[in-house]
Amino acid sequence: MPDVLVLVDHDGARVHKSTYELLTGARRLGDPAAVVVGTPGTAARLKDPLARHGATSVYAAESPEADEFLSTPAVDALEIAVREVSPAAVLVSATTDGKEVAGRLAARLDAGLLVDAVDVDPAGVATQVVFGGSYTVRSQVTHGLPVIAVRPGSFEPEERPVNAGERQLALPPVGRAASARITARRAVLAGDRPELTGATVVVSGGRGVGGADGFKVVEELADVLGGAVGASRAAVDAGYYPHQYQVGQTGKSVSPQLYIALGISGAIQHLAGMQTSKTIVAVNKDPEAPILDLADYAVVGDLFAVAPQLAREVAARREAG
Amino acid sequence: MNIVVLVKQVPDTAAERTLSEADHTLDRENADLVLDEINERAAEEALTLKETAGAEVTVVSMGPDSALDAIRKVLAMGADRGIHICDDRLRGADLVTTAKVLAAAVRTVKDVALVLAGNATTDGQSSAVPAIVADLLGLPQLTHARELTVDAGRVRAERETDNGEATLDAPLPALVSVTEKINEPRYPSFKGIMAAKKKPVETVGLDDLFPDADGTGLLTTRTHVVEAVPRPARGVGIRVTDDGSAGRRLVDYLIAQKLV
Ligand SMILES: Cc1cc2nc3c(=O)[nH]c(=O)nc-3n(C[C@H](O)[C@H](O)[C@H](O)COP(=O)(O)OP(=O)(O)OC[C@H]3O[C@@H](n4cnc5c(N)ncnc54)[C@H](O)[C@@H]3O)c2cc1C
Repeated sequence: MPDVLVLVDHDGARVHKSTYELLTGARRLGDPAAVVVGTPGTAARLKDPLARHGATSVYAAESPEADEFLSTPAVDALEIAVREVSPAAVLVSATTDGKEVAGRLAARLDAGLLVDAVDVDPAGVATQVVFGGSYTVRSQVTHGLPVIAVRPGSFEPEERPVNAGERQLALPPVGRAASARITARRAVLAGDRPELTGATVVVSGGRGVGGADGFKVVEELADVLGGAVGASRAAVDAGYYPHQYQVGQTGKSVSPQLYIALGISGAIQHLAGMQTSKTIVAVNKDPEAPILDLADYAVVGDLFAVAPQLAREVAARREAG
Repeated sequence: MNIVVLVKQVPDTAAERTLSEADHTLDRENADLVLDEINERAAEEALTLKETAGAEVTVVSMGPDSALDAIRKVLAMGADRGIHICDDRLRGADLVTTAKVLAAAVRTVKDVALVLAGNATTDGQSSAVPAIVADLLGLPQLTHARELTVDAGRVRAERETDNGEATLDAPLPALVSVTEKINEPRYPSFKGIMAAKKKPVETVGLDDLFPDADGTGLLTTRTHVVEAVPRPARGVGIRVTDDGSAGRRLVDYLIAQKLV
């Protein structure tokens, strides 16, 4: 079977879960081959977990400056790998970085690019959800190599131990005039909560929460449910909660098992980021709020009464066993 | 300094957006079209640089006749000239083609120091086009910037994405895409709107941008939509009015759904 190249998302020491998901998806199309781009020694550190999740080959594209420049080393590495192994497809995670890498690679190879796939079938047909969840579209690459950016959370990671072959790919020096240098990095302070886009439970607060202090109610409920916290744009714009937690059209798209909207009216741009959630619960004191019509369980009521009671009750039931 | 701003006209997200039955492309006839709001911020950033550092600002947009409205809006905000890429063969163009065409239009502007774009448009949301344009032009990509400084031949940006924050640095010329957090765009003044009518807008087609293309070199699409189905509306759910026990009743529901 031909290789299917998977770009490995990692922090130097650990492989991100989204990569294991891609390895699962890649198996439908061919032999998953992991491409590790990093400083020397990275691939050796990551090889075992990659092989455990089914990577039949691990390609190491390493150089001392691989971490120093934005995206270019990954694009170069994939381009070289494609030319050397003629894969059946290239899969990357549809993160901000991944989508840019996929796009640049596709342009260099004159390949067919599919972004934000939520599923891929053995014939290479990808499923995408567009317009904030109002359409499901199935698309196929008709010219060139398929380069597919897959949304994190679309496949279940599977353990599938194999013996991985290893190979070095020589990365060219990064062109200084054509690449941006990363001079500082700050990790987003996620705290102990799960990452918003991959969380199975998301509790979001809107302008109805009334202030930064009010968000404690949202956080407390999220914490009892082991969920992530989200916010509407109105809440973000009012300074109640940081921007990176915005859910919606111009924020993040989430698709958890359970989405709880507290004090959110349900503007179409907010719905665009959450209406593919499996179960939606909304608490709003205005019986006319549009989000109540979309919810599987709608509560007309004051969030400051309902959310804390819900949090207490969940905790109590848990304790009772 | 010459700055090029890439803008796109998109359907207003406040209205319903539909795909045409015939070819699964966006049904523009039934959509309310507006200048994409993040692109507007890219334009604002260009105009701020024009005021602080001196620059000639060219606004570029690809799209049907109506896209001229988006260009005029940026001219009314204060940009100097426009390039409207309009060609029927670009209907349904994919990301790569779109980026190739935009890059070709940027190449027609002399001595470009900075290409500015929005980090994503509200219709496609792939947020890959700016990076592709940068690659095609051989420019460093400083994408998803919430802060931008241009000074002494270099550009610095504070990048904010799901992977955290980073400071980026590159020599000019460069491409920068901005997030919606970067600024508050200005409103065109009445004077600006009047002045915009007299500003030059060049309309170009594929043959102008790719005079040597043999037709095969510029496939307008590399992907094909096999099927597009509207997602079923969500069924009517349970509705309760809180009488002091809604939180407790909600737990029963969540347990029944195996959600807690
Ligand atoms: C191009 C564009 C992009 C956008 N992108 C996004 C986006 O990504 N994400 C997003 O969220 N929005 C986005 N918006 C904004 C969107 O249109 C709405 O303005 C926003 O979602 C409203 O947020 P909200 O529901 O929190 O606030 P509001 O609409 O003000 O609603 C607050 C709600 O809280 C309720 N409430 C108040 N007090 C209580 C209480 N004590 N208990 C219970 N309920 C209470 C009120 O009844 C009301 O329904 C975008 C807009 C545009 C034009």
